[in-house]
Amino acid sequence: MNAQAPASRDPRLNRPEPFTPPLGDGGFFQRDRSIHPPAHAPGYKSSVLRSPRQSLLSLEGSISEITGPVFGHNDLGPLDNDLIRNYAKDGDPVGERIIVHGRVLDETGRGVPNTLVEFWQANAGGRYRHKKDTYLAPIDPNFGGCGRALTDDTGYYYFRTVKPGPYPWRNYVNSWRPAHIHFSVFGSGFAQRLITQMYFEGDPLIPVCPILTTIPDKDALDRLVAPLDLNASTPFDSLAYRFDIVLRGQRSTYFENRTAGN
Amino acid sequence: MPQPLNYLKETASQTAGPYVHIGLIPAMAGFDIFEKNFSNVLVTPSTQGERITLEGKVLDGTGTPLRDVLLEIWQANASGRYNHPADRSTGVLEQEFRGWGRAGSDFESGLVTFETIKPGAITDRAGRTCAPHINVWIVARGINIGLNTRLYFSDEEAANAADPVLNLIEQPSRRSTLIAKRTERAGQVVYAFTINLQGPEETVFFDV
Repeated sequence: MNAQAPASRDPRLNRPEPFTPPLGDGGFFQRDRSIHPPAHAPGYKSSVLRSPRQSLLSLEGSISEITGPVFGHNDLGPLDNDLIRNYAKDGDPVGERIIVHGRVLDETGRGVPNTLVEFWQANAGGRYRHKKDTYLAPIDPNFGGCGRALTDDTGYYYFRTVKPGPYPWRNYVNSWRPAHIHFSVFGSGFAQRLITQMYFEGDPLIPVCPILTTIPDKDALDRLVAPLDLNASTPFDSLAYRFDIVLRGQRSTYFENRTAGN
Repeated sequence: MPQPLNYLKETASQTAGPYVHIGLIPAMAGFDIFEKNFSNVLVTPSTQGERITLEGKVLDGTGTPLRDVLLEIWQANASGRYNHPADRSTGVLEQEFRGWGRAGSDFESGLVTFETIKPGAITDRAGRTCAPHINVWIVARGINIGLNTRLYFSDEEAANAADPVLNLIEQPSRRSTLIAKRTERAGQVVYAFTINLQGPEETVFFDV
C-alpha cells in the first residue's frame, strides 16, 4: 500500500463555495491536438514506451467529462501559495525572489473562477526535494518547492517563490532542463484537466530542450514562456513573471437532446 | 476577410515528469508541507454505497509497471450523481462525497490503489443509461499529455453490454481492456485493473 496521507475527514473541509459554470453546461471545444505534443516523441526518450500506438477514441462530452471536482478555500492553508514561507525552517530560501501571477482563462477569453492551480519546482540550484532526485546540487533546508492557489472570481492567481535553477537529466548524455515551474490546473470539468510547465523569458536552454520541443507548434511553445513583468514586481523585494493559462472553452447548450446517430 | 473569431488557444500540455509527487502528493516525495492533503481515499464513514478497493498497475510497452505514475479518478456517487453544479440529474447529492481522488504508484511495485464506492449508473445527454464507470486520468514521466480512460466493472455484464461508450469501440476484444475484475479478499471487494499504455493488449484511451 502507498504511504499517503489520509483524506480530510471533516466534511466541512470538502464543501466548496457554490458557483455557476461560466458558459452553461455544454461540452468543451474540441481539443486541438496539433498544438499539443504527440504521445510518441522519440527525442524525449521515455515517451517511446509510454505512448499508445492505437488512435484515441473520440467521445462526445457526456456528464462524466463536463463535470469535475470542485475545490474550496477550506482545502487550502494560508501559506499554500507562498513558497518563500511555506517550508521555512530557520530563514528564507536562497535564490532570486519572484512573484508568478496570471489568469486562468478559457478559449473564449473568460476567466475560470475558483479553480485549483497547483505548482511545483526545483530549488535555486536545480535540486528537487524528492527522494528519487540524486543530483549533487544541495537541498535548501528552507525550501519545499510546492504550492497551490484557488483562482479568484476573475480567474486570477498568484504565488511567491524563488526562481528554479536548470538541472541535468538522463535523456541525451548532456541534457539539461531549462528553468521551469510545473503547473497542474483543473478547470470546471474533468476534460479540461491539464498539466504543463512554465518557462522563463530569455532562457537559452529553451530551444534545445527535448521535452519542450516535443511541442510541434512554435506559437504554442512560446505561450509557455513567461515574460518578465516589471510592473508587477515589488521594488527592493521581488521580480515578477506573468503566466496566463488557457483551458478549453465550453459550448453553450442551445438545445437539449440533439443526439447524433446511434 | 470575414470577422476574426479571436478565440484563445489552449495552453499546450507538458509531461508531469518524474517528480510530480512534490506538487500533487508531497508525502510520497518524502516531506510534509500542507495542512490538508488530497489522497486516494474518497470515502468518509457517512458515504453511501458499496465500499470497494480499486487496485492495479500501469504497464509500459515492455509490460513493465510504471513506478512513477499518478492517477486521478472522477466518479458519480452511489446514486449516479456527480458532485458538480452541472449535474442536474435526480440522484441524491451527497455533499461529503467529492467523487475525486489521486494516487501515485508504489515506487517498488507500481501498484496503485483507491478506496472508494461503486458508482451508480448515470444517464447521458441523449437519455441513454451508461453502465457504472470511473473516469481515470493518467500522467507520468514520458506521457506528454494526460491519458483518459474508464474503468467498468466485471459484475455489470448486462449494463456493460448496453453501454453507449463501450459500444463505440469497434473491436469487441478491446472493450475488455476497460473492465476491472471483481474479487474478494478478506471480506473486502477489490476490483483489479491493468492499464497497458502500448502493445497487443493496449488499453482504450479517449479523446474526451
